[in-house]
Amino acid sequence: MTHENTPAFTRRDLLNMIGTAAGGGAMYQAMTSLGFAAESNFSGPPQLAGAKKGSSVLILGAGLAGMVAALELRNAGYKVTILEYNQRAGGRCWSIRGGDTFTELGGGVQHCSFAKGEYFNAGPWRIPYHHHAVLHYCRQLGVALEPFVQVNYNAWVHSSTAYGGKPQRYRHVQADFQGHVAELLGKATRQGSLDSVLTQEDKEKLLEGLRRWGALDSEFRYRESIATSAWRGYEIDPGGGLMPPAKPSKPLELGELLQSRLWRAIAAGQAYEFQSTMFQPVGGMDMIAKAFAKQVGNLIRYQARVTRIEQSERGVTVTFADEGRGGALQQEKADWCLCTIPLSILSQIDIQIGAEMQAAINAVPYGSSIKVGLQFKRRFWEEDEHIYGGITYTDLPISRISYPSTRYGASGPAVVLGAYVFDGPNSFEFGAMAPEERVRRAVEYGSQIHPQYAHEFDNGMSVAWYRVPGNHGCYGKWTDALRDQHYKALCQVDGRIALAGEHVSHIPAWQEGAILSSLDAIRRLHARATA
Amino acid sequence: MTMNARNIQYLASAITVLAAVAAQSAQAQSGTAATSVQPVFSVGPKFQQTTGEAIYRSLCQGCHMPQGEGAKGAGTYPSLARNNKLEAGGYAVYLVVNGQRGMPPFGEMMSDGQVAEVVNYVRTHFGNNFTDAVTAADVKQVRR
Repeated sequence: MTHENTPAFTRRDLLNMIGTAAGGGAMYQAMTSLGFAAESNFSGPPQLAGAKKGSSVLILGAGLAGMVAALELRNAGYKVTILEYNQRAGGRCWSIRGGDTFTELGGGVQHCSFAKGEYFNAGPWRIPYHHHAVLHYCRQLGVALEPFVQVNYNAWVHSSTAYGGKPQRYRHVQADFQGHVAELLGKATRQGSLDSVLTQEDKEKLLEGLRRWGALDSEFRYRESIATSAWRGYEIDPGGGLMPPAKPSKPLELGELLQSRLWRAIAAGQAYEFQSTMFQPVGGMDMIAKAFAKQVGNLIRYQARVTRIEQSERGVTVTFADEGRGGALQQEKADWCLCTIPLSILSQIDIQIGAEMQAAINAVPYGSSIKVGLQFKRRFWEEDEHIYGGITYTDLPISRISYPSTRYGASGPAVVLGAYVFDGPNSFEFGAMAPEERVRRAVEYGSQIHPQYAHEFDNGMSVAWYRVPGNHGCYGKWTDALRDQHYKALCQVDGRIALAGEHVSHIPAWQEGAILSSLDAIRRLHARATA
Repeated sequence: MTMNARNIQYLASAITVLAAVAAQSAQAQSGTAATSVQPVFSVGPKFQQTTGEAIYRSLCQGCHMPQGEGAKGAGTYPSLARNNKLEAGGYAVYLVVNGQRGMPPFGEMMSDGQVAEVVNYVRTHFGNNFTDAVTAADVKQVRR
């Protein structure tokens, strides 16, 4: 608050400052600059009337982008074939269950021993309410959804260097940070520090707002009281009969709270892409992939590794190695081609397209991401700590722990997301480990937050996306500069070929981006095909 | 920086890894695989490993694999073993700093000295024998 007397400090600045203090503003701005927070543009499935009889489309990749295109183009009358590298459909829309085996690049093999009904989403795991295209196809294809708990006020926020390494309840950090900020801002307001930007009437309204927002007392103070405990929780909860009366809890002291940096964790759920209500498919994210595959699975040719993509005025020819038959080279021809192969792989494939699109394909680095799924013998987070779904945040290398948003109170084993790390050094360091070492480390670090890990851990699985054979990376890691230079070229229909996938969207790493890019590409392919 | 829990933890991990590295040298001499060397974890947005070997084990081997052998899936991670493209030290420096195609740039996450260390490590291991070491000054020149 050093700006209050500078002429540049406007009403808007003040509102921004409040937003930032609340946490959401800073987060949202950061997300927007990364292109992560763009809104969906879905307005219904594409209208593809008038397809020429017998015309064909070859789709490369049976992830969501490829399968949604197959569904719509097939329904529009095109003859559709999909070539897929894996032995399963879905791409990154992938859940791992007991009985599954996963062999990563480098040869590490993991056999999953999760209990029946348990799963771990190696890729996407949540769906914002405004990802209209994903939700549309869930509805159309009969994929049952349930709420995904993003924010859990009773989960932990943890720093290994604050509060002696003892995790703090999210609700304590959230209520206390908000309360202290409200008190400070109230003080500045009452002392006249904001007079240059606020009228007397503004100040009165602001103070009233701060009192409610921050649970301040009549003197605009944030203090230990039954009133503040109504926000942060009590030392002794209110009871019945002759039970002891409610006892207020003591707020965290401001200075220590600021220094702890735990406030970093309380903003995430306020960002547009993580706001309530979020969803997950009942039974695992790949229920979406399975639902698409039920519609278009008969069009998919599996274990096809694309090696060359050629086009002429008459059509497209794709050469691929049939990995199910010792890699014998084969060809598939079609009038048009929609290529959803990740750029990490497409940039290594001989493809006949213009120089600008080729430069765009070569320009985008792929992001790092690792996940570890841990099965425990019982739901100790629910039974011992009253944490039902949601996410614990930590500065340990595991970054976060997410508890299942389903089957609360069930007895028997359950799977937790024991590490989800992306972009920073820790994600690369996890990725450089053998799979069983990743699991071991996730258990070791997690036990600093949940001591029960030591006794309750059963088995685990880990996925490092650079080592996933069909992907070679997690997502197209655009920067503003790269987008300015290459994004438009990547989105063009080049002759008879168009690209789709999350990497051809402004919503990278989200399924919505994959589906929207695909719908947009096939609309333009269709326009060219019927011109 | 004060000695805090994370630093102690990091040191502990580093010591574990040093022990593993020693064990690996013994193994390498006896001709067995070197996959027992495990990465350490950095604190913050930059890699904290300092030696070429530690950087390789904590980062590069995620894709280029423990023996520099690379990997083949739907695409390829190039083998660094006996790789003549490494003859020009500046080429390897450029790739580590700026990335190439799917390979991300690491220039922002490593100091000039770290880039030089890991490049020198790769150029003198995995059957490579390019003894003209690159320096931190060489790396600085490659950065824009």
